[in-house]
Amino acid sequence: MTDLLNRIAALATSGRLPDGTPYRRISVEDIVRLSTAFGVPGRDVEIAALEADATPERYVRNMKTFSSDEQIILLRSRVSIVGLGGLGGAVTEILARVGIGTLRLIDGDIFEDSNLNRQFLSTPDLIATSKAAAAAQRVRQINSSIVVQQYDENLNDSNSLSLIENSDVAVDCLDNVPARFTLERAAKQTGLTLVSAAVAGVSGHVTTIFPEDPGLELIYGESDQRPQKGVETSLGCLPQAVTLLASVECSEVIKILLGKGDLLRNRLFFVDLVSNTMDVLQLLKTS
Amino acid sequence: MQAYISIKLFASLNRYTPDTADNYPVRPGTTVRDLMDQLGVPVTEVKLIFVNGVKGDLASALNGGERVGIFPPVGGG
Repeated sequence: MTDLLNRIAALATSGRLPDGTPYRRISVEDIVRLSTAFGVPGRDVEIAALEADATPERYVRNMKTFSSDEQIILLRSRVSIVGLGGLGGAVTEILARVGIGTLRLIDGDIFEDSNLNRQFLSTPDLIATSKAAAAAQRVRQINSSIVVQQYDENLNDSNSLSLIENSDVAVDCLDNVPARFTLERAAKQTGLTLVSAAVAGVSGHVTTIFPEDPGLELIYGESDQRPQKGVETSLGCLPQAVTLLASVECSEVIKILLGKGDLLRNRLFFVDLVSNTMDVLQLLKTS
Repeated sequence: MQAYISIKLFASLNRYTPDTADNYPVRPGTTVRDLMDQLGVPVTEVKLIFVNGVKGDLASALNGGERVGIFPPVGGG
């Protein structure tokens, strides 16, 4: 460890933020080199660097929105992304770039032609191949420091607990209502906070659910009133809405992990791009 | 006595939006269910109802001045 810190100190150089603030930095190339030399994940090298006041250059534009201590918290965090289609592909991209240290990528599906309009991980050459494999590959390309856990499985009542346990937050990027409730049950049982988004056409919503919160039934109703799918069966899902809602999910994940900012607990962030309506709605009725 | 509300119908329900949506006349005490009937919106297509940004239901009464938002179920990703 002392050896690693000595190497970091030797490789770090001086830089300045665009506003003139001086800082010590270490390059992506040096992080990769030290990760290989010491046989530890790049994430661990980055944490050691931040603790020694050297900012991994790949995160320098995260500063000063995040302090070094906050970037360390993100690098130590584990997030499960459940569903790797439209929402999940964009969530994977954002969380990998922002520097969440461990990403668990869960989806048992393969890409189809009809995914190409909105699913960032899909390309024509990947049709009929695993979404989870594409997500894992994308994360490695973006940020090799991240520990990737790939699960080519769809969530169901028998595997849901084991798939999401030992995470800090789960992100609901699923495409049907029953699966969302399966995930919510598992999250409540394992004490995980869940961020959930849904899209139809150019509309959609996001909410954040702590284990003790009423959660999805505030949106979809009691079990006898719940549809399998929403109006996306006729409206489809458009990439401009999918990506916007994925961004809001990531914002919630980061605020949950850092314990700062307003969360969408018992509230619904709603967007409709036809009328340019954005609002945050109270899901609990006033008595 | 006439009162006025504003109403927004989202996603697939947008097609039921009346021309006077920003200033829609209602008799005080009109419920959201009455409003859906007036606009021809099948209540089976309605999932979420918000009155002044707070969750309501088909029985919520409107007395004028309210902002009403009506949502179908949304579940895609």
